Formats: sequence, C-alpha cells, structure tokens
Amino acid sequence: MSEFIVNASLMGLLAIIGVLIIQQHRLFAVIILSGAYSLSAAAWFVIADAVDVAFTEAAVGAGVSTVLALGTLSYVPREEKARSVEPLAMTISLGAGLLLLLAVLDMPHYGSDAAPIHNHVAPHYITQSGSEIGVPNIVTSVLASYRGFDTLGETAVIFTAAIAVFLILTGWTRKKN
Amino acid sequence: MNIDLLLTQWNYVLVIILMMVGFYTVIARGNLIKKMVGLNIFQTSVFMLYISMGKLVDGTAPILTGDAATVYSNPLPHVLILTAIVVGVATTAVGYALIIRIRESFNTIEEDEIIDAVNADLQAEAQS
Amino acid sequence: MHDDPVIRVVSKVLIPSIMLYALYVQFHGDYGPGGGFQAGVIFAVGFILNAIVFGVNRGRHVWPSSLNLQCIALGLLIYGGTGVASLFLDGNYLDYNVLSGDPVAGQHLGILLVELGVGLTVSSVMVALFFAFAMRGEHVRLLAHDSTEGKEKAKTKPKAKPARKPAAKGAKS
Repeated sequence: MSEFIVNASLMGLLAIIGVLIIQQHRLFAVIILSGAYSLSAAAWFVIADAVDVAFTEAAVGAGVSTVLALGTLSYVPREEKARSVEPLAMTISLGAGLLLLLAVLDMPHYGSDAAPIHNHVAPHYITQSGSEIGVPNIVTSVLASYRGFDTLGETAVIFTAAIAVFLILTGWTRKKN
Repeated sequence: MNIDLLLTQWNYVLVIILMMVGFYTVIARGNLIKKMVGLNIFQTSVFMLYISMGKLVDGTAPILTGDAATVYSNPLPHVLILTAIVVGVATTAVGYALIIRIRESFNTIEEDEIIDAVNADLQAEAQS
Repeated sequence: MHDDPVIRVVSKVLIPSIMLYALYVQFHGDYGPGGGFQAGVIFAVGFILNAIVFGVNRGRHVWPSSLNLQCIALGLLIYGGTGVASLFLDGNYLDYNVLSGDPVAGQHLGILLVELGVGLTVSSVMVALFFAFAMRGEHVRLLAHDSTEGKEKAKTKPKAKPARKPAAKGAKS
C-alpha cells in the first residue's frame, strides 16, 4: 500500500508537470519544467528498482538535455504564440489513449512473475551472470557482455548524432534574395 | 470486472495518461521547442512502460547480493532503456540544432508561419 | 557571472569533485549503479560547468575542438577494437572469454575496456554538443565576416543578434 502511495503520487506529479508544460507559453518555464519532469521520472525509476536507469535519467534528462535546450533558447524567441485548446488534436490523443487502455486489459498483471518477459532470457542473466561474468551488477554484465553488439550500435548512434550536429551547426544559412 | 482489472494495472494506466499528455503537446502545439519537449515526455512515458513491465512484486534492484533467496527485477528492460535515454538526448540535440537553423532561415519557429513562408516562396517561384 | 566571486570559487571546488565522482561511477559500475554512459555524462558536466562559469572561449581551451573530435572516434575505436582483439584470439566478435587465460578474468578485462570506450565517446560527445550550441553565434559571425569581404554586406545584416549571448548566460544562472 505504501508503495502504491509513493508510486501514484510521483506519477500524479509527472502528470501535473505535463499539463503545466502544455499550458505554459514562456519557453524558459517549459524547459525548466521538462527538467523537473525528468528528475521526477528518475525518482520513479528508483521506486521501480531501475537504479541504473534512474542514474542515467537524472544525469542526462535533467542535466545535459536541459542545458542543450537552454542553449537553443538563446537563439530563438522566448515566447510561444498563444494557442487555444485544439479539439481535433484532443480527440485524436484521447482516442489513442482509449485504444491503449483496451490493450492494457490484455497485459500480464503488474509485478506478476508469470509474465512472459520474466520467463525468457532474464532468468539466465539473473542466475548465471554471477559465475559466467563475475560482476555483481547484472545490468552492467548484460549491457557490456551479453548484449555487447547492442551497446556498440548505440555508441555508433551517439557518434553519428554528434557528427550530424557538427555538420548542421558549423554551416551557415544562405539568405534568400 | 474490467474496472477491477484496471485497478491492478493502475501503473500502465498512469503511463498511458502521461503518454497522451506528450502526444497532445506534439500534435497540438506549433512551437518547435515545445514539440521537442512534448516528444521528450512521450519518450519518458515509453521508458516507464518498459520499466513497469520489468518490475516484480517484492523484487529488488538487479545487483547481486549473494543471498540466493533475493528476488531481482528483470534487468533486460533496464539495459534497453539505459542506452535509449543516452541515444534519446543525442537525437534531441540534432533536433535542437535543426531548430536553430530553421530560425536563421525563416526567422520564426512557429510551424504555421514556416508553412506560410514556404508556400509564399513556392507561389513566387511559380509566378516568375 | 564572470565577476561573481561566489560562483567562481564554488565551481572551482565543484569541478574536481564532479570529475572524481565520474571516475568513481566509471570504475565502480561493475559493483553498483553506474557505468560508461553515466560516467561520461557526469565527466562532461565538469567541462560544461567550467565553460558556463569562466566563459565559452576559456572552456574550449581546456579541451580543444580537434582533440574533442578525436576522442569521440577513439572511444568507438576502443569498443570496436576490443571486438577485433577477441577475433584475433580465436574467439567470436566481442567474446571476452578469450581475452585472458581465465574466462571470468577475460570478461572483467573486456567489460573494463568496453565501458572505457563508451565513457570516452559519451563524455566527448556531450562536451562537443554543448560547444557546438554555445559557439553557434560566434561561428555565424565569423562566417558572415569571411563572406562579406569584398562583397555586399546587406545580406548578412539580419544574422547579427546582439541580445543572444547575455540572454543565454542569464538563463543558466
């Protein structure tokens, strides 16, 4: 029960921050709120046992991401053009949410150990990684060893993204005549 | 009876609410920076969906304690999401870089004004 | 912010501790939460803080642009090279068991090298991204200056946005 209260209040906080982001027209406030959103999400990840993810979300989502957004904000207008609620967009997102709620009815129960995700390769990682890899943190051994190809690909994506940003930001825009 | 099921699945329901907040921000707001922030909210809610699926009742963080009776939550989603977060910020940075260049070209970052400017250009080209 | 003694002194204390903490996260990632991705980001934050407090140009001197780009590639090469090393030792690509006589010791060595590569790439990418965003204004000014030599100057006038630099710093304080 206490876990439910902590969990639900963090999720509620996230929803409130999300609604504030939609309402707010000053982009500086929007970016700071998105940093707060990332930090609350990191707190929620700790509750959900994902300590490595929480660490990354706090450092990347709340830290570097906010700095980059503020860097962008120094080149663009500070205020968003005011807009009213858009009924069509609201209908589409509510409809998509309703469809996803229907899908949730078919999901395995939250926290149940009979779910397919817990009965495929995960038991091998949990029981064997201690003797096969010899590293206490299972996330590290899966990340670097069992799924090393995956991480190699992710590193290559980061490399490519950095090259792309360089190409975009070191050129200059020709003005139209 | 479906209501009962939704109560046991409250975590997924809350994740879907967050997802819809992000989705609405992406499609309803014209400001490009706000679209990026909405995309981040959407992305984080997908991360939370994955982590929710890996969670076990009475489970603990997947760091071996040496005690055979310990129940660990599933480490696999943690690995996928860990890398996804870092890749996410790298791709977000590409988006922000494009926003800076759009502002330099069009002098605005509002979607409708950009579309108007592009249409005006096309018309001018067609007439000449 | 350059003139505020409190921020200058506190960041001088903070920057070494941030970097030491990054090294702890990097090498203790096998035993607790942490690893190359987190350590890389935290390490980069030290450089970003230095650049925000002491100015972008001084920050760029600490980790010059050419070295920064080489580090991005070097990290990925360390990762890929570990895989190639295991190929030469009659193993599969990225199979660390063959890196040492004992499979578990080989796994330890492989994970250490791979995490080092990831940490190096991530930290230099984050620093490079920050400087790419922070130096855009100066960059545009330099390009405009080059292109207007001997040409008409009217084209480049709209690019000069004088309010940009102080606004950025005010936002971050």
